[in-house]
Amino acid sequence: MTGNSAPRLSVAVQAGLGSFTLQASLEVGAEPLALVGPNGSGKTSLLLTILGLHKPERGRIVLSDEILFDAALAIDRPTEERHLAYLPQDFGLFPHLTAIDNVAFALACRSARVSTKQRRSEAMAWLERFGIGNLGERNPSRLSGGERQRVALARALASSPKALLLDEPTASLDVEARVEVRAFLAESIRSLGLPTILVTHDAMDVEALASRVAVLEKGHVVACGLLSDVRRAPPTSFASRLFSSSTVPKTSGIASPSLQ
Amino acid sequence: MTRRKLLLGALVAACSTAPLFAMRARGGEAQEVVVFAAASLREVLQKVALTFEKRHPNSKVRFSFAGSQDLRVQIEQGAKVDVFASADWKHMKLLADKEMVIEPVVFARNLPVVVVPKNNPAQVRTFADLPKATHLVVGAAEVPIGAYTEAIIAAAERLYGKAFHEAILARVCSRELNVRQVLTKVALGEADAGIVYKTDALTMPDKVQIIEIPSQINIVAEYPIAVLKAAPHLDLARAFVKLVLSKEGQKTLAEAGFNQVGKQRTK
Amino acid sequence: MLGLGGLLLLFLVLPFVALVLDGGPEAIWRGLGCSLTWPALRLSLGTTLISVVLVVVGGTPLAWWLARSRWRSARWLEILLQLPVVIPPAVGGIALLLAFGRRGLFGGTLERLGWTPAFSVVAVVMAQVFVSAPFYLQAAVQAFGRLDPNLLAVARSLGASPPRLFVRVALPLARPWLIGGAAMSWARALGEFGATLMFAGNMTGKTQTLPLAIYTALELDIHTAQALSLLLVVFAFALLLFLRRFNRGFEAARGAATP
Repeated sequence: MTGNSAPRLSVAVQAGLGSFTLQASLEVGAEPLALVGPNGSGKTSLLLTILGLHKPERGRIVLSDEILFDAALAIDRPTEERHLAYLPQDFGLFPHLTAIDNVAFALACRSARVSTKQRRSEAMAWLERFGIGNLGERNPSRLSGGERQRVALARALASSPKALLLDEPTASLDVEARVEVRAFLAESIRSLGLPTILVTHDAMDVEALASRVAVLEKGHVVACGLLSDVRRAPPTSFASRLFSSSTVPKTSGIASPSLQ
Repeated sequence: MTRRKLLLGALVAACSTAPLFAMRARGGEAQEVVVFAAASLREVLQKVALTFEKRHPNSKVRFSFAGSQDLRVQIEQGAKVDVFASADWKHMKLLADKEMVIEPVVFARNLPVVVVPKNNPAQVRTFADLPKATHLVVGAAEVPIGAYTEAIIAAAERLYGKAFHEAILARVCSRELNVRQVLTKVALGEADAGIVYKTDALTMPDKVQIIEIPSQINIVAEYPIAVLKAAPHLDLARAFVKLVLSKEGQKTLAEAGFNQVGKQRTK
Repeated sequence: MLGLGGLLLLFLVLPFVALVLDGGPEAIWRGLGCSLTWPALRLSLGTTLISVVLVVVGGTPLAWWLARSRWRSARWLEILLQLPVVIPPAVGGIALLLAFGRRGLFGGTLERLGWTPAFSVVAVVMAQVFVSAPFYLQAAVQAFGRLDPNLLAVARSLGASPPRLFVRVALPLARPWLIGGAAMSWARALGEFGATLMFAGNMTGKTQTLPLAIYTALELDIHTAQALSLLLVVFAFALLLFLRRFNRGFEAARGAATP
């Protein structure tokens, strides 16, 4: 609660996860945070907890000046009122709706009183802003991975979110699409300036999309800091393996031209 | 391919051993007399069978109790049966017409009666009170008890007038497919009154009260019995029918509420 | 393997062949002319239609709740709701009588309110709903359970209220399975016999549905019963075929789509 000027997501929660306890504190401001860790370390669970799909036993989640969850105060806002944009691994487009209707769905959730026609034209504007105005009438199954991601992002932003949660945004794509998607995402995240948490397995994602890193191990945040710091002194064997597989200058070299 | 042959082989083997078992059963000690009997005869014929098995130590009576109609169809379709005991003449005649039975005779008579729940919510005390019942359950016209009921109600019109007749028809809320269902609905109190055979009514003395139907409009149900022409155990079948018709058999039937054959009224 | 499958196929198909062939077309034609036929057909169509609508309208939200509930008792409830499938329908009919009959558990209250369902068309529908709802519920619970949790999470994160989530996301996604479940449930209602006979009784034009008419006709003449059965079979077959086509068309429309 540092004021209204800079949007900020602060999370401090404790939740049972079966074999271990998730105990994590994170602060995310305008600098995107990558959440890394081995499989089963609780990354996705943490994301779902922030979303309000898992209920923690203790703790507090605050988005800017709004309390989303507070165990002590018995505040638990439902997912639909948290204004968090969530992009799952496969982007989660509704298969029964066209691209334009996927975006219109988000608009309808936030403002029910607008006519369908008006909503669709607004949705179209969103698609055009993401350079896919020509694909509006397509079903998601007839879109490429990159196109799907653009629709998903357009839809997420149409719901006027206050923070962005991405779960493995490039994992379901083939190698070429990955490069395109990564570049596009990087640009979007930077220009939005929303608190962003990114769960990933991929060092290239981290390099291109995040400026801070949190390393999760068995439900605990074992390190959290600037990307360069964590890369220099990896706190766990997982982290050292993650960052040894990529070379820094090259990755940012690919990503940065598209950023400008 | 070989697996298929193997399976086929197994099948053939199974088929060829089957007659062996059948032979042993036939050659063994106990001979089975198969009796197809109307459902309402269950308790009484089982008693008769006990006596029969005592008299014929090497025999065993096997029953199939069902609606006379179902049993008749099964017999027509080739069921291997020794004795058929029907709840009415209709099905026995159908078999007689096909010359499938030997000299059917009446072995029991039964009287339709009115039954009301024990607490008698509609206060039905006599047959003439029947219109007091708001829910009346009878047999469907297609089954014997229903046909009798229809004839009784038609006769009642002559005795009590048209209004009575119409009142009764208006109260009928279900036409059940067998006597037991009529009885169950009265016993459960779902119906205020029903018409069933006396023998059935006597099986639930703590649930229902019996009200006699005036004899001038009542109809006596006749139960014919016969040995099948194709009976696998002709002699035993004849012995069973003989026992049913004997004094002893008739006594058992009378105990169950059947009217004895003695005072015959020919069909 | 193929041989065994073929045997089962023969076993399942031959009775229907016999149903068609035995007696010849003339006997069947005569059977259709039986006075029981048309009132029973009309009643069966009307009541099963109402039943299936009731089952779907009540069963869909119930299944949605069951599928999403983290409440432990919901699993037990799910099993409990499957019981009507196992108990013989006649017992179901008795249970309905004991609950809603004139002397039943709630019968007295209902009667004081001036409403006695037993032996009425309402009872026919109640019996059908009782025996057929589990088929729909099971299909619907499974359908909702199979939905991609990510899609539901995304919809909620976009701000979809619970009703919108249900109507705009869950229903359209589960639709093919829901339709399949409704078809099964409808077919079960159409064939319902035991519970109806116990609870609703057997009155031509009032509570005598097609299966009851068939059983009643059996007492008259086997060919009449056969004709009525054929009518039932043909009718059910046509409807199931239609639903399958309809569903496939729907899938094709969506999947024209799928590469």
